[in-house]
Amino acid sequence: MIFLLLKRFIHGLIVLWAVATLTFTLLRLAPGGPFDSERKLPPEILANLEAKYHLNEPLTEQYLRYLAGIARGDLGPSYKYLDRGVTEIIADTLPTSALLGGLAIVFALGISFPIGLCAAYYRDSLIDRFCLFVATLGISLPNFILGALLIWAVALQLGWLQAGRWDDWSSAILPTITLGAAPAAYLAALLRSSLVETFGEDFVRTARAKGLKESAVIAKHALANSLIPVLTVMGPLIATLLTGSFVVEYVFAIPGMGRFFITAVTDRDYPLIMGVTLVYTAILVGANFLVDVLYGYIDPRIRSE
Amino acid sequence: MASELTPPQRSVNHLLPFCAGFLLIIVLAAICAPWFSSYAVGGFEEKRLLEPPSSAHWMGTDGLGRDLLTRVLYGARVSITVGLGTALIALLIGTTYGLIAGFKGGNWDHGMMRIVDLFYGLPDMLIFILLSLVFGRNIGGLLVALGLVSWVRFARIARGQVLQAREFLFVESAYALGASRRRIVVRHILPNIIGPIIVTLTYSIPSAILAESTLSFIGIGINDPYSAWGTSWGTLVQDGYRAMRSYPHIIAFPAAAIFLTILSLNILGNGLRDILDPKQR
Repeated sequence: MIFLLLKRFIHGLIVLWAVATLTFTLLRLAPGGPFDSERKLPPEILANLEAKYHLNEPLTEQYLRYLAGIARGDLGPSYKYLDRGVTEIIADTLPTSALLGGLAIVFALGISFPIGLCAAYYRDSLIDRFCLFVATLGISLPNFILGALLIWAVALQLGWLQAGRWDDWSSAILPTITLGAAPAAYLAALLRSSLVETFGEDFVRTARAKGLKESAVIAKHALANSLIPVLTVMGPLIATLLTGSFVVEYVFAIPGMGRFFITAVTDRDYPLIMGVTLVYTAILVGANFLVDVLYGYIDPRIRSE
Repeated sequence: MASELTPPQRSVNHLLPFCAGFLLIIVLAAICAPWFSSYAVGGFEEKRLLEPPSSAHWMGTDGLGRDLLTRVLYGARVSITVGLGTALIALLIGTTYGLIAGFKGGNWDHGMMRIVDLFYGLPDMLIFILLSLVFGRNIGGLLVALGLVSWVRFARIARGQVLQAREFLFVESAYALGASRRRIVVRHILPNIIGPIIVTLTYSIPSAILAESTLSFIGIGINDPYSAWGTSWGTLVQDGYRAMRSYPHIIAFPAAAIFLTILSLNILGNGLRDILDPKQR
């Protein structure tokens, strides 16, 4: 197990390095520079700017400087926000995004389990069909449309909540639903199909035959065995949440990392783009690592390998 | 899309005809947009700003007095082109890659699939945004960038299917009869793996449409106002979003167009999967 985790850890580091290199290369290939503007800068000023940000050095030197910076946790200066470095900006905005992402995961898990269980238990009934239909709707509804719809209905028409604020718990409700809806729909559908399979297994029949209470059959035998497929999709699911957070933070004007990423792309603030990309990758790699650990915890067969 | 989520459940079959019909209308709208509408795509009417839907303007007009129906019809061009184009590019790259990996086997296979794993694990939107910085924010650059991101799904499916198909008796007998590799791939393996690939294709189209409209919505999608392609539905939703409080009709129609198109494609994908790939049911 420890050997496996060590292997995974090294694999994660390689992914991070690959992404850092890929981002660096892509942004150097991109046409146009960060200091292009409507009015052309005088050449002396441009030269000074490039010297300040080491852009006049050979590419290999810039690349090595960048990698060394990452190793020290220094992601470089931002071209746009002159008073703050990239590391500082990320440290300021990451907690907000992480909170939103965490709430969305809790929301998704919280509503997908009852729905998936209900649908699988009453398989092929009207309830099942209804759940299936809602799940298909949820998967097909883009989060920016859901967000706009919620703002229009709940905030503008009903006036129950206010949109465009991020100061207390009630302002987190609509963003959480918007971000968590698609994962919830996806998880519910996944749980349903995995539970339907489990309910047909011999050990469930045995458990019922020996007179176990139905609630115990569901909790101990059916649900416990359906956790593995849920864990398997946690990685892609977190990736979906990360990209979803760009949009949700944009729609609800939440001061998170995703919104800074979008403005960094429009501003061509390369160090900020690279920094946020790396942090996103690190989160994803970390989440996958955690999933591997949990795998071993839930399924003893994997631990012994 | 690499990490895009596809619905794993069974189809909602009785809705299939409606979905197919709706998609047909959208495709027709994309092709015939200029003839459907009597208004010019860039036509401004200063006296008709922000009008609600009426018999003259079925979807109303926007803040510059442009006919919204015309804009939505032209928007279908962007979505359909991006959806089909991306899916085809991804299909070509991914299937070829997967076939080679599956056929070479051994170290080749291992190395090639490592690259696929790397792509698969990353948030596709992120790579996509980075690629679009390189290829530019026009429809061609967008197609290349989206295609480069979404091929991995095809590579995985194709490789898995090849590994399975190689074990079939008729493939072995073809080997024994001395058939060339090329002949075995084209005549024996491809026809057997085409089902799952078509299903993957159907799911890639809505993923691409979703990615494109999302990027356009947050303002980093296609930025090419003078092209004959028209404006993306995502941009139209963005326009409507700003005026949502007072003029909800401007956001309602393009948003409905995106939602219904993606929904129809997903339901169609489920239906096709049930027919072509019954094992996954």
